[in-house]
Amino acid sequence: MKVSYFPGCTLKNKAKQLDVYARRCAEVLGITLEEIEAWQCCGGVFTTANDEVATKLSSVRALQAAQEKDQALVTVCSACHNVIKQTNHAMQTNASFADKVNRYNDTPYDGSTAVYHYLEMLRDLVGVDKIKEKVVNPLKGEKIAAYYGCLLLRPNSVMRMDDPENPSIMEDIIRAIGGTPVIYPYRNECCGGYVVMESPEFAKKKSNAVTESAASFGASRMVTACPLCKYNLEKNAPAVPVVYFTELLAEALGVKEDANA
Amino acid sequence: MQRIGVFVCWCGSNIAGTVDVQAVSDALKNEPGVVFSANYQYMCSQAGQNLIKEAIAEHRLTGIVVCSCSPRMHEATFRKTAAAAGINPYMVEIANIREQCSWVHKDMLTGTEKAIILGKAAVAKVNLNTPLTPGESPVTKRALVIGGGIAGIQTALDIADAGFPVDIVETKPTIGGKMAQLDKTFPTLDCAACILTPKMVDVAQNENIRIFSYSEVTAVKGFVGNFDVTIKKKARYVNEDVCTGCGACVEKCPMKKVPNEFNLNMDNRTAIYIPFAQAVPKVATIDPMHCNMLKNGKCGVCSKVCAAGAIDYKQQDQYIEEKYGAIVVATGFNPISMDKFDEYAYNQSKDVITSLEFERLTNAAGPTAGKLLRPSDHKHPHTIVFVQCVGSRCSACAEKGKEYCSKICCMYTAKHAMLTRDKYPDTEVYVFYIDVRTPGKNFDEFYRRAVEEYGVHYIKGMVGKVSPEGDKLKVQASDLLNNKQLHIDADLVVLAAAIEPDKSARPLATMLTASMDTNDFFTEAHPKLRPVESPTAGVFLSGACQGPKDIPETVSQASAAASKVISLLVKDKLTGNPCVASSDELMCNGCSSCERVCPYGAITYVDKEFRMPNRTIAIRRVAQVNPAVCQGCGACTVACPSGAMDLKGFANNQIVAEVDAICK
Amino acid sequence: MHNSNKKLQQEIIRISGVNPKKCMRCGKCTATCPAFDEMEYHPHQFVAMVEDGDIEPLLKSESLYRCLTCFACVDRCPRNVEPAKLVEAVRLTVIRQKDANHLKADDIPAMLDEDIPQQALVSAFRKYAK
Repeated sequence: MKVSYFPGCTLKNKAKQLDVYARRCAEVLGITLEEIEAWQCCGGVFTTANDEVATKLSSVRALQAAQEKDQALVTVCSACHNVIKQTNHAMQTNASFADKVNRYNDTPYDGSTAVYHYLEMLRDLVGVDKIKEKVVNPLKGEKIAAYYGCLLLRPNSVMRMDDPENPSIMEDIIRAIGGTPVIYPYRNECCGGYVVMESPEFAKKKSNAVTESAASFGASRMVTACPLCKYNLEKNAPAVPVVYFTELLAEALGVKEDANA
Repeated sequence: MQRIGVFVCWCGSNIAGTVDVQAVSDALKNEPGVVFSANYQYMCSQAGQNLIKEAIAEHRLTGIVVCSCSPRMHEATFRKTAAAAGINPYMVEIANIREQCSWVHKDMLTGTEKAIILGKAAVAKVNLNTPLTPGESPVTKRALVIGGGIAGIQTALDIADAGFPVDIVETKPTIGGKMAQLDKTFPTLDCAACILTPKMVDVAQNENIRIFSYSEVTAVKGFVGNFDVTIKKKARYVNEDVCTGCGACVEKCPMKKVPNEFNLNMDNRTAIYIPFAQAVPKVATIDPMHCNMLKNGKCGVCSKVCAAGAIDYKQQDQYIEEKYGAIVVATGFNPISMDKFDEYAYNQSKDVITSLEFERLTNAAGPTAGKLLRPSDHKHPHTIVFVQCVGSRCSACAEKGKEYCSKICCMYTAKHAMLTRDKYPDTEVYVFYIDVRTPGKNFDEFYRRAVEEYGVHYIKGMVGKVSPEGDKLKVQASDLLNNKQLHIDADLVVLAAAIEPDKSARPLATMLTASMDTNDFFTEAHPKLRPVESPTAGVFLSGACQGPKDIPETVSQASAAASKVISLLVKDKLTGNPCVASSDELMCNGCSSCERVCPYGAITYVDKEFRMPNRTIAIRRVAQVNPAVCQGCGACTVACPSGAMDLKGFANNQIVAEVDAICK
Repeated sequence: MHNSNKKLQQEIIRISGVNPKKCMRCGKCTATCPAFDEMEYHPHQFVAMVEDGDIEPLLKSESLYRCLTCFACVDRCPRNVEPAKLVEAVRLTVIRQKDANHLKADDIPAMLDEDIPQQALVSAFRKYAK
């Protein structure tokens, strides 16, 4: 199965592991990720104002590129996913916004591209059973805390990934690769996000609350899909090691060699 | 040619405020057939009705148009007036110039213009009206009550007390409903069991009442006075007539790990069980999902220990057909699922519970024998946080909550908080509220007592997140009056879950052709004036199936429903509605379209001989309407492709005349 | 309302798409807000103050830059008021003005370290500058 793939800026730089392992695992699982040509930065955050158009055009172009190939669009970074999914939703539901956007386009876009986060791709297109089949290095019950943060789950009316208060998509995958998921209350609370730039102390507080909560429930590692979450947790609250979920998956599927090699 | 009188009502300023009533009566004076036209301040008053009667006599009227409120309000009133003055009541037409005119228009010109048009249409119709005579049907003098909670119990007792036989159908193995699960009842704090169980015994001992427990209604046919109902008695694998309720089987049953639904799964029961000590009927039931004998034939202990020989593993579901004159719906409510509210960690921690679970935890017959202990570690909680409006007043997401106020939570939370402080003064109790709503007799006094005498901390604000940490529940909440965010280490969190109608209500409403609102509460015939009747004749509403209600309100409504049933059952015959369908057999082509769309089963087909040209005889299949069953909905008249089906009082030519008058 | 600024109020309502009248004053937004301690005005106050047209104090408040846009208030609000969108709209009415950027390119070097992901920079610029 072939899908369009939007990696995003950070995955080309500071978060190479997230990208490289995503590609390797997809191959093992029978999915071909076709990187969109000449994609542009999503902007990192979705501006909720109705009158913001220019900041959302790069997302629309990515969505349109996938549509032209008649493919689903897969993202892996939480931020890119949030921005692209919200933009797509606005194209579907906000006619005046869509109209303004389409004035910048040669061919109008109608919001019909299906957007999957890599996790949703694993659950809905690959299937947890298939992952289970392909595991070569099971995690032997290691206690893993999935960290969702905000961007994957909220706003739920748009993201529709999982129950925003009691998600299970990462936990199901952790189970499939032989780990023991740790359910802790802060898995959907904010790490501090971009506020770390001007208020590191604030971000530290938020990140500490998350990792302490995970640690108190016995987690030995945490997984995330967001480079900024990973940075905040590692930098501000190094209580528990944090890896990208793709890295953990690559470990279990036996394709984790040095990403920079 | 008719001699028509037109009577325009001011309805005080309700109509006259937006409609020039003089202009309306003047304009209608010139319509064909109209010989008299007048207006009056309150046409429905005694004086107004006399005005109509006098005009009928003086002007020898044959038909009447009243321009007033909705026919639902006063059509019956004016029909009676006409009858008293000697003309057929079906020669009366109402032009609704209030709900459909003066109330929706702001400007006098438009309102008046529309009122005149509506009046003209009614006049055009009366010109084609013919006198109609209603038929009669007998009344089966037995009532069916669906649901055996306090609502159904009270309704059944009152009907039985008037001397009529009543059957209660209850899906659970015992009657008693939610009230049987409660500990104390507000605002007087009597113990629920102490006031409920005697009533349950009364039901069991009343000669006029039969209880079909562990049973459900599967089909309803017929109409007011003459319902045919099928009741499924689910196999309980115990012969009810033989079982003495001694409990020996329950004691010896080896399958002891079945979640106990009566205690909301906070402890276990056996596979053969009696829900609670005061159950009525006090008869054991085998849960086939968990009984080894029924699942794989390996056990049979209960049968061996039963001295009465009541166990019957081969028992089958049984279907009973019975006739009823009236049906009372008393299907009650349930708390909504807390699955979508995991910001409160209901699925993460055993110590986050619903208010109904709290009732069981404080009930002497509950899983902790009435000691307030945390479900997780059976320790006494020292800090308890109550969260109100969990899923009530929630318009954000239909998957999560309900837009309405659940009405009972403010009071039972005040009760829980007060009783906790009374029994365990070492416990700090916080109640987070949006508004405290206590509009009942002695209700606000009760709530204030919780605050002033018992020291319950009422905080205007909401809980945002509950995080289990160690053996504590970290509660993050707002205190809006102090503009603070609070962090409370709680031992127990109690959620006042919204309530919703029982899931059985929707399919039952379909069977009864009774209407429901978007929340699946049954709709009453009139929200103020006919609150215990469904718009479907012969179907009555009792308790929370109609809307959230506390016990005092439920009991009042239950008795009100009973009195409506009694006044129906005392009649020997019911006067029907003469506005029923009838088929012109010469035009009927026998296609069965009408039979298929009829929701009441009022149409049958017969083969009939017809004289044809040249003295031949042909047998043709034609539709016949049973006027006693027909409700006059008119579905058949629009389904009929040949125009054979017509509705008396609403004939096709009458409707067309109305449309013509409007479009003229 | 004597402090009412109708023009700004309408602008904020228009670009946010939020109807503050839907708020029933339950305070779940403020109960849920992870930035509460850092904020002078809290989510429920944003809603109430915009409803009153009391916008000026919000424009000057650092609270605008403490909202994490985590959307917890949006998801947990029982009336679908979406307070975070109001905060964003108020912030935009400030930073869209000339020379009103909260974050300037010159500030960036001091904030950087080895590991900070590009995502943090672009996000902060989106939120704090135009």
